Amino acid sequence: MNPVLKLLIDGGSLTTGQLAQVAGLTEAEVHQHLEQLRREGIFLGWRPVLDLSREAGAALAVRAVIEVKVTPERGGGFNRLAERIARFDEIESCYLVSGGYDLLVFVRGATLQRVASFVSEKLSTIEGVLSTSTHFMLRCYKEQGFLLGADESQTQRLNVAP
Amino acid sequence: MSTDAQRWVAGHIASLPKSGIRDFFELVAKMKGQDVISLGVGEPDFVTPWHVREAAIYALERGKTYYTSNLGMIELRREVSTYVERHFGVTYRPEDQVIVTVGVSEALDLAFRAFCNPGDKVMFHQPCYVSYHPSISLVHGAGIAVPTFAQDNFALTAAALRAAWQPGAKILMLNLPCNPTGGTCTRGQLEEIAAFCREKDLLVLSDEIYSELTFEGIHTSIASLPGMAERTIFLHGFSKAFAMTGWRIGYACGPAPLIDAMMKVHQYAMMCASIIAQEGALEALKHGWDNVVRMREQYHRRRNLIVRRLNESGLSCHLPRGSFYAFPDITATGLSEQDFSVGLLQQQKVAVVPGLAFGVNGRGHVRACFATASDQVMEACDRIDRFVQGLRK
Repeated sequence: MNPVLKLLIDGGSLTTGQLAQVAGLTEAEVHQHLEQLRREGIFLGWRPVLDLSREAGAALAVRAVIEVKVTPERGGGFNRLAERIARFDEIESCYLVSGGYDLLVFVRGATLQRVASFVSEKLSTIEGVLSTSTHFMLRCYKEQGFLLGADESQTQRLNVAP
Repeated sequence: MSTDAQRWVAGHIASLPKSGIRDFFELVAKMKGQDVISLGVGEPDFVTPWHVREAAIYALERGKTYYTSNLGMIELRREVSTYVERHFGVTYRPEDQVIVTVGVSEALDLAFRAFCNPGDKVMFHQPCYVSYHPSISLVHGAGIAVPTFAQDNFALTAAALRAAWQPGAKILMLNLPCNPTGGTCTRGQLEEIAAFCREKDLLVLSDEIYSELTFEGIHTSIASLPGMAERTIFLHGFSKAFAMTGWRIGYACGPAPLIDAMMKVHQYAMMCASIIAQEGALEALKHGWDNVVRMREQYHRRRNLIVRRLNESGLSCHLPRGSFYAFPDITATGLSEQDFSVGLLQQQKVAVVPGLAFGVNGRGHVRACFATASDQVMEACDRIDRFVQGLRK
């Protein structure tokens, strides 16, 4: 496996310079690997993981997860409709899932009203969308591997031990 | 009458030196709040994986708060037996050849108390873990230090053993991979040591606590070599590979009469290991292997990083095949290991442990633990480099 990809999967938050040191490569080689991964469509980009509930002035602080039922189409199945829905800027992530509904959609907006109007005016009016069920997120406990609130840092570890 | 409370302290305790690590710990403690990066620890930086903690919480909820069998819960001993057979190739009966202890430290103490008569000679390789020699002194035994050397990557050699051997030597204490050097032995080297033990009729106490953290090749237990299981006490635990130091849980495996002798001491001194720790250990053995592998990969990368950086800074450092310790030679700086460690701490705020804490053969070295996040290791290496370059001016 690409050595840089392996480090990325492990989920450390290292700079490219640090990635180079850990992998035993030059920084230029790390950039080459990243470029290769980008060309292959594996590496899509960098994104910070944020807890915006702590930032009073933050826009886009309201999040919802929406269960969407759609009518599959002959030939394309769910793909055309899913890709069309996924293009909206409001949508962070969109998955086809098994079970009682078809698409699971993660939405972010500035206010509850903005998200609600996106659902009622845009999403549910798309031809082929049968129903939506919107769940507003109330509180986050873990975000992409980061625990919120519970501090398990090593501050209690002794500095010197046998 | 004397008022000095010291008069109550037993003579062999009064004369027992305090751990060299203790002095250094006090020095580091004084620098609290000063952005010290510590490479001075002897434990994983990972918190115990959640599934293990959750299993212990569940055990508490179900009211598991009582004593267990002296030997430990039979379910745990069965899992230990299966684990040791699968990973080390030695078969022990869970009923009478396995004892669960309060960490390897207790297992070691039991072994010395059970097997060492006053005056018996115990050989151990050095540099070594801080407790080996004092533990021998505590049972009025006589320690014989066998040196290991950087040019051998701190592997123990049969030649060094033979050179140090004295008539009356009864026990050989092994710790491979080794704290603080990371030294291990190849299978060939172990076979020579095993032959020597059979020739001199030595009982082997083999502390293999770092065995899962072997980065190159496969760890071989001396107990798995022909004719050795019957003269070896295999000591192991959960602290390092499963990141469970504070749980204090380990075990010993060996011939039934020897485990029975250890059990006698254990039942009077300890009764049993904590049931909660035993429950956690049971979960770790059943479902913890993926985490062991994940953590080992992290240590492996950090090892390559720190050894490369130390060598680039001019501190000659062998590649430790196991453990999470680098043990660089600092003599090129012209400083003693003590002055190097104190200077590095005071000037660049990086804590390492002076090699002398691990015995006289640790002179000229320091122990740097790389069980610390990669970015911290990198920052520590930058600081060490600044310190070393500063000395050259």
